[in-house]
Amino acid sequence: MSAVVVKELTKIYGEQRAVDALSFELNRGEIVGFLGPNGAGKTTTMKMLTSFVLPSSGKAEVAGFDVVEEPMEVRRRIGYLPEHNPLYEEMYVREYLQFVAGLHRLPNARQRVDEMIDLTGLKLEQGKLIGALSKGYRQRVGLAQALIHDPEVLILDEPTSGLDPNQVVEIRELIGKLGEEKTVLFSSHIMQEVELICQRVLIINRGKLVADALISDLKMHMHEGSRITLGFARAIQPDELKLMEGVNKIHALGDNRYLLFCESDLREQLFFFAAQKKWPLVELHREVMELENVFQELTLPTD
Amino acid sequence: MWSIYWKEINAFFSSLIGYVVIGIFLLLMGLVLWVFPDTNLLNYPYATLSPLFDTAPMIFLFLIPAISMRAFAEEQQTGTLELLATKPVSELQIILAKFFADWSLVVFALLPSLLYYYTEYQLGDPKGNLDSGAIWGSYIGLLLLSAVFIAIGLFASSLTKNQIIAFLLAVFLCFLMHWGFYFFSKLPIFVGRGDDLVQMLGVDYHYTSISKGVIDSRDLLYYFSVTALFLSLTRLSLESRKW
Repeated sequence: MSAVVVKELTKIYGEQRAVDALSFELNRGEIVGFLGPNGAGKTTTMKMLTSFVLPSSGKAEVAGFDVVEEPMEVRRRIGYLPEHNPLYEEMYVREYLQFVAGLHRLPNARQRVDEMIDLTGLKLEQGKLIGALSKGYRQRVGLAQALIHDPEVLILDEPTSGLDPNQVVEIRELIGKLGEEKTVLFSSHIMQEVELICQRVLIINRGKLVADALISDLKMHMHEGSRITLGFARAIQPDELKLMEGVNKIHALGDNRYLLFCESDLREQLFFFAAQKKWPLVELHREVMELENVFQELTLPTD
Repeated sequence: MWSIYWKEINAFFSSLIGYVVIGIFLLLMGLVLWVFPDTNLLNYPYATLSPLFDTAPMIFLFLIPAISMRAFAEEQQTGTLELLATKPVSELQIILAKFFADWSLVVFALLPSLLYYYTEYQLGDPKGNLDSGAIWGSYIGLLLLSAVFIAIGLFASSLTKNQIIAFLLAVFLCFLMHWGFYFFSKLPIFVGRGDDLVQMLGVDYHYTSISKGVIDSRDLLYYFSVTALFLSLTRLSLESRKW
């Protein structure tokens, strides 16, 4: 059974479609990376899943409960770390976790607070004011509050943003550990990070799902493809390049330079094509595709 | 819901807010009752606490918006509202928890003023010669009035992220609700044609009525409905984020 089911989920703010007919499912015990450029609609999607905002249309179910019809049931089963990890600065770590346990009406609150402090490594910080903690520890407090009621589904909005590399590694390990028994959806705009902890990735752009694939499939795709940078001495018509066979996408870099996402190594064809058009080719460079480039191919604006 | 209530109470007393509110209220009341010559009880021809009950609404006009301004404005500013609203508590529970927390603080501020009642009771000639009914009525009136002010304050706070705007808006709305209708009733179009009805819309009218020591169900109904009205508006304003 799926832990999260999203069907044609749409959120319209004024004129803008922040999330546009998004559909996906998450299976139990899966760690899924939720990728997309800033403003793609990741946060809005997560806010709808946690019933903080209502969808304009479409449906979303978490742990078998509809987010609109039964928000309380959803909230009992979901652990949520909002973007920027808001916390009550003037509370003490332990006091804050007690408070969250109280909100969930946990019968064994004290014991759960102790367990969370152990799990997230907050032992030495438990008596400190949250406002006095470093960013890494704040993030742990954020995770601890999301986990305290042992939720089935974890929704983490950019859990590693703003952390130093060591802290990023620690948080990643923690998420990896949690994913052994929980369904985790976490957003990020760092492809490598997703590659390290997820089996599967959802990529959205401008509110639309552009990829829902296993990391291993994406890697297959990227081994075949290549990314070619072209530079010309003067202006050309990029539309004609687009018509070439094997060119998936063209992105203008400015100064008459273009980035081409191709299905195979097209350097030779491109050279003759440019020669035939009498376009003075001054740069031709191929890079092996990495996951980061797959992300670019799917989300960079086309030109 | 009670976790939020206790969190709010703790926040008042772990920061200076709680002490400052109680301190300022008692200091001002003390000055009015025992020092300022115009209202000094020792100069009064008879034992009463009416200067306290005449001045308290004016002090509450500023003090209560100062208590309630942070309730939602701060949570919206720091984003913690998202934390609260995604926990298994309803908007109404969040609002009521904050309402009762603020109300409790007002009760804490009023409690020590019972000492003034005791003093005045002892000063009466003969001892105990004062209108206790009116005093208890006034206390109840003051509590109900502060409930209205808190509900208004919470509503103002839910409208903005900015605590200063929340404060000013609350002072303005409290003033309108308390004295505004009285002044409106003096407009030529109302005089002689329903000015009494316009006055009845104001908190002051019912406060004066209850201060006489007569607890009229119409006054209670008025207080409960105005408080409920502003709490519902607060809920509406909080839920509007969802759309």
